[in-house]
Amino acid sequence: MKIHIPTPLRVYTEKQASVSVDAETVSDALAALTATHPDLKKHLYTEEGKLRSFVNIYLNDDDIRYLPEKEATPVKDSDTLSIIPSIAGGAPGATAVMNEVKREEVTLSNDEIQRYSRHLIMPEVGRDGQKKLKAARVLCIGAGGLGSPLALYLAAAGVGTLGLVDADVVDSSNLQRQVIHSTRDIGRSKLDSAEEKLTGLNPYIRIVKFNTMLNSANALEIFKDFDIIVDGTDNFPTRYLVNDACVLSGKPNVYGSIFRFEGQASVFATKEGPCYRCLYPEPPPPGLVPSCAEGGVLGILPGLVGVIQATEAIKLILGNGEPLIGRLLLIDALGMRFRELKLRKDADCPVCGANPTVTKLMDYQQFCGIPAVTEKTTEAKNLIPQMQPEELKRRIDAGEKPFILDVREPHEYQIANIGGHLIPLNTLQQRISELDTSQEIVVHCKSGGRSQQAAELLQKAGFMKVHNLAGGINAWSEKVDPRSPKY
Amino acid sequence: MLTITPSDYNALRAHGEETYPHECCGVLLGYADDGTNRVIAIERAGNTRTDRAHDRYNIAPEELIRIQRQARERDMDIVGFYHSHPDHPAQWSQTDLAEAHWIGCSYVITSVPKGTATVTTSFLLTGTTEEDKRFIDEPVHIETATARQKEAK
Repeated sequence: MKIHIPTPLRVYTEKQASVSVDAETVSDALAALTATHPDLKKHLYTEEGKLRSFVNIYLNDDDIRYLPEKEATPVKDSDTLSIIPSIAGGAPGATAVMNEVKREEVTLSNDEIQRYSRHLIMPEVGRDGQKKLKAARVLCIGAGGLGSPLALYLAAAGVGTLGLVDADVVDSSNLQRQVIHSTRDIGRSKLDSAEEKLTGLNPYIRIVKFNTMLNSANALEIFKDFDIIVDGTDNFPTRYLVNDACVLSGKPNVYGSIFRFEGQASVFATKEGPCYRCLYPEPPPPGLVPSCAEGGVLGILPGLVGVIQATEAIKLILGNGEPLIGRLLLIDALGMRFRELKLRKDADCPVCGANPTVTKLMDYQQFCGIPAVTEKTTEAKNLIPQMQPEELKRRIDAGEKPFILDVREPHEYQIANIGGHLIPLNTLQQRISELDTSQEIVVHCKSGGRSQQAAELLQKAGFMKVHNLAGGINAWSEKVDPRSPKY
Repeated sequence: MLTITPSDYNALRAHGEETYPHECCGVLLGYADDGTNRVIAIERAGNTRTDRAHDRYNIAPEELIRIQRQARERDMDIVGFYHSHPDHPAQWSQTDLAEAHWIGCSYVITSVPKGTATVTTSFLLTGTTEEDKRFIDEPVHIETATARQKEAK
């Protein structure tokens, strides 16, 4: 019988457009073909010996996959066999991050088929899609608020390799939103706690733990073994680091961020779409945008945003649907409104533009204007002396009566206070006359950030004896008075 | 390089305008000649991706078999494929590369913003395997029939 060879494969058949073989069945014919032209084999078959999914074999006018006896179908001398690689493609829209090769290497056991049956019966996922999910490697930066729902749903969906980066331990104040951890996990490494829940949910996946803070020295090394990066961080330096490392390593960045009642989500750093820096070339000045630790966050919000991120990651893996590429989704949980902003790729973007100036990772703390953490927190910071909680206690006990200024919000004062005079930071300028320039003042807030700003403001206004309570009221609770609740 | 006659070139661009806002697709027939894919005829194909024809195309293998058979009878080969990108640039996408398996063939893309064909580009799929395949830009030479006849002589 005659086998027609398509143009791309003729380099392996000494340019012959067709090859004649003696064969009883289709598989005989293909075996005879690859015996005479062994280089064809790896183009037609996977390493497991299965026909590659994009290779169509037609016996006369019939796809052998749909013949009752498939490859065992008997053939006659007058039959012709055609090898037809598929022809498909499409405009940018969905980004297929998973290639054929990876998908073809994985198999699904009967247990897995049962587990994923609700996926398998949907044509948009199906067996191929489920194999793509299993072959996929997704890295979650952070196993906290966003990381919890993200990792749980990706694990449940059958994403084969889940990487987690986190150096924290579980704190009771995490449990209001970080649903992957339990009360009994308090004090335990977040990675170990998360791993236990994830493998409990789905034993067919692999968890890779990185017990470290992501930094410029380790980011590219950690990213290299993953296909998609999901950013669940809560601070600007790491957010820029994740973005730049994604652009440099050519991996999509599934972004999400949350604050109080509001969230954002997008997919950055794909080839065709914008990156985080196209949207925000420069970070906000330090302190302008409070973190969730400072400003609070509605516990359910990371659930909402994290699940959107997980959905985007799964769509990227399946190569289906319309990902949030070039779109910024804005979520307002209080009004329960979802809005969308169109984002454009910035041709002059310093990292993903035509002539990038950022070609390697930098010092992101410095880029975001955050001074390096000094070992001795008693050292003056921007000329403001830092006072340790123990020192404040000693002075109070010694009867020195320093004036304690609390610059937090009134509702925070209700949670815990050390009897300070309350003037919220944003009203300090107007109410500065309430203070005495000659008196020694110790300023505090929750953890030391806002009080530092307040102290600097006071110093500029002529107050010469201003101290900042290092670590705020939370440090006071830890080091001096555990009866004062930490929050 | 890809050489094509003005009438075939115009026809494949017009095809993209006709199917807008959906992607069109078709096959380039001719012969490969020392690194040049010479197009002698083009054959329209149906886009089977009716689920999302605005940004996907797929040619049914049955149709390819038929086109290939007819080409063989006229002593021609498949030398490439064309499709359109409605409202997207004439640049290959990751999907295009992932789903391109005809190494040595030309993949012609026409950008059709708002229903009017603008840029038409061609990319040659090179490499040796699925793992190292890549698209390289390829010049498109539009040659008139008389020039072609002269050359044949």
